[in-house]
Amino acid sequence: MTLQVRIDTEKCTGCELCLSLCPFQALEMQEGKAAVNEKCTLCGACAAECPVEAIFVPALPKGEESSDYAGVMVYAEQRLGKIAEVTYELLHKGRELADILKVPLSAALLGSGVTEKARTLVEHGADRVYVADHPALEGFTDETYGEALSRIIQTFRPEIVLAGATAIGRSFIPKVATRLKTGLTADCTELSIDPEKRLLLQTRPAFGGNIMATIICPTKRPQMATVRPKVMKKGAPRPGRPGEILAVDTSWADRSFKTRLIEIVEEIEEKVKLAEADVIVAGGRGLQEAKNFSLIRELADLLGAAVGASRGAVDSGWISYAHQVGQTGKTVAPKLYIAIGLSGAVQHLVGMQSSETIIAVNNDPHAPIFDVATYGILGDLFEIVPEMIRQLKARREGRK
Amino acid sequence: MHIIVCIKQVPDTRHVRLDEKTHTLIREGVESIINPYDLYALEEGLRLKERFGGKVTVLTMGPPQAESSLREAISYGADEAVLLSDRAFAGADTWATSFTLSLGVQKIGAFDLILCGKQAVDGDTAQVGPGLAERLSIPYVTWVRRIEEVHNGLIRVQRLMDDGYDRVELPLPALLTVVKEINDPRVPSLKGKMRAKAQAIPVWGAKELAADPEEVGLSGSFTQVIKVFPPPRLKEREWIEGTTEEKVTKVLEKLTALKIIS
Repeated sequence: MTLQVRIDTEKCTGCELCLSLCPFQALEMQEGKAAVNEKCTLCGACAAECPVEAIFVPALPKGEESSDYAGVMVYAEQRLGKIAEVTYELLHKGRELADILKVPLSAALLGSGVTEKARTLVEHGADRVYVADHPALEGFTDETYGEALSRIIQTFRPEIVLAGATAIGRSFIPKVATRLKTGLTADCTELSIDPEKRLLLQTRPAFGGNIMATIICPTKRPQMATVRPKVMKKGAPRPGRPGEILAVDTSWADRSFKTRLIEIVEEIEEKVKLAEADVIVAGGRGLQEAKNFSLIRELADLLGAAVGASRGAVDSGWISYAHQVGQTGKTVAPKLYIAIGLSGAVQHLVGMQSSETIIAVNNDPHAPIFDVATYGILGDLFEIVPEMIRQLKARREGRK
Repeated sequence: MHIIVCIKQVPDTRHVRLDEKTHTLIREGVESIINPYDLYALEEGLRLKERFGGKVTVLTMGPPQAESSLREAISYGADEAVLLSDRAFAGADTWATSFTLSLGVQKIGAFDLILCGKQAVDGDTAQVGPGLAERLSIPYVTWVRRIEEVHNGLIRVQRLMDDGYDRVELPLPALLTVVKEINDPRVPSLKGKMRAKAQAIPVWGAKELAADPEEVGLSGSFTQVIKVFPPPRLKEREWIEGTTEEKVTKVLEKLTALKIIS
C-alpha cells in the first residue's frame, strides 16, 4: 500500500486533472473519485498539480545526517593527458551550484603525470584541485579509478559530485556510488538547487527521451550525478585565478590490480567529427534511398559541415552508425543543425535539440522536427536541396 | 563455464508516443519486450557456452509477467531461468535493483561470468551492471564490443570508448556489459520454444532471498523521482515561405546572418 500515492477521497472533487497528468496511466476514476492502480511509480506529477491537494506522496524514510558533507566536486576527466571538454562544462555549472550553496568548488584529477593540468581546472572555476598522480592511474580502469575517486570523496566529503556522462564516467561512477552507499542519477541534462533543503535537482530524459524526470537523493551524501556532455555551457578561463592544488595520498596504488589495460586504440578513420562540428547537415528516411544521401554530403561540403543522420537512415544502411545523432547515437549541439527529410522522432530530437539554430526541411507540416526548428521550410527536399546547392555554388562562382 | 545473463523486461520504447494534447505517454498497445541490449548479452553467453561448455542462467527482477521474457530467453537457448519478484521489490532505483540482483546471483551459486546489456532502453541509466559487480566484489568492464579470448581464468575484451576502443584483461569471475556491435543475435529455435513452454521457472521473493524489506524496492532506494514532464519546446519557429527559389534565397540570408557563409 505504501508504494502508491494516496488519495484523500474526501477532498477529491473528481475533476480528472490528475488522470491526464499521470505519465504512467496509474490513475483512474472509481465512483467519481480518482483511484490509484499498480502502475504508480510515486513520481508525484499528480500531487504537484492537484488543485485541492487531495494527493499525497508518501515520504521516504529519513537517513543519515547530511551536515558533515559540504562543497561541490567535479570529476575532471582526462584521457591520454587531455582534459575532456565536459570537465570545463561541469566546472562552469558546478561553480554556479556552489555559489548558490555558498560552498567551495573542487575538482578531482586522476592520472599519471597529470599534476600540471590542475592549473587549468582552477582557471575554469575550481577553488581546490585534488590530484591523484600515480603510474597505476596511467590508463583508465574501473578498478583503479573507482578506488581513487572513492578515497578522495570519503576523505573530503563533498555534498555533491558531478561527472561527465561519457564512456568513462558512466562506467566507473556507478562503482563509486555503490562503494559510498549513495544514490546516483545518470545522464542528466539539467541541474539546479533547492536552496532551502540543499538538494540537487537532477533532471534527465527517460523512456527514450519521451519524458523528462526530476530526481533527488534526499537522505544520502554525496548526491551524485553524471551529466551529458555538450548540454551545459562552458565558461571562459580566468588566468591567474587563485586556487589550491593538493596532491592526495596514492600509496594504496602501490600494488597490482585485477583489471589490466593492455592498450588504447584510437579509431581516427571512423571518427566523424560530429561532436565538435559547428555545422551539421543531417538526413533521414525522406531521402528514400542510399544514392540520394549524396545530396546531404554535397550540401555539407559546400557549408564545411559534418554529416549527421537519423536512426532510420542508418538502419536502412545508407550511412554508417558513426553518423547517427540521437538517443542511441551521438548528442550534438552545433551552431547550426540542418535537418533534411528527417521527421524528428523524440529519440533523434534529444540528441540535437540543444543546437543553437535548427533549420528543418520536410514535406509534412506535422513532422515533430518543426517543433524544435528555428526555421521551418515546408516542401519537397528534392527541389529545395538541389536549389540550395545551386545557389551556394553560384555565390562561390560569383566571388571568383 | 557458468554464465549468468541479466535481462530486463521493458516497454518497447520505439513505439512509445506522446499524446499531443495531454503530453503523457501512450502506453496502450505498447508491448513488453526483452531489453534489446540484453539480447546481445544473451547471445554472447550462448556463444561462450557453445565454445567452452557449461550453462547459461538468465536472471531478471520484475513483476510476475516478466516471466514471459525469461521463457523467451529459454527459447533462444538459455538453460535455466530465475525470476526475482515480490511486491516489496517495486519502485527500486538502480541501487536497490543491483542489491536485489546480487542476492539472486548469490542464491544461484557459483558462476564464472555475468553478462548484462549496456543499459535498459526505458531507464537508460547503465548503472545496474557496474553496481551489481561492485556488490559482488568482482571486477567488470563496460561497453564490451568483442571478447577476444578466455584462457586460464582470464578474459580479454575490447571495450568501446568515445574515441576508439581499449583492450582490457581481467580475471574470472567477472561482469561484462555489452554493446550491440558484439554480435548478431540468433532467432529462437522451434526446439527452444517447446522447451520454454515446459520449463519450470523458480520465483524468489524477499523471503527466499532473505532480504530485509527496508533494503529493497522503493524503501531501499536512495533516489526519488519528484517530477515527470514532457520534454520542453525550446524555440519559436519561423516558417520560411515562397517559391522554392525564394525559400532558398531567404535561408541563405539567414546563414549569412549567422556567419555560416559569407
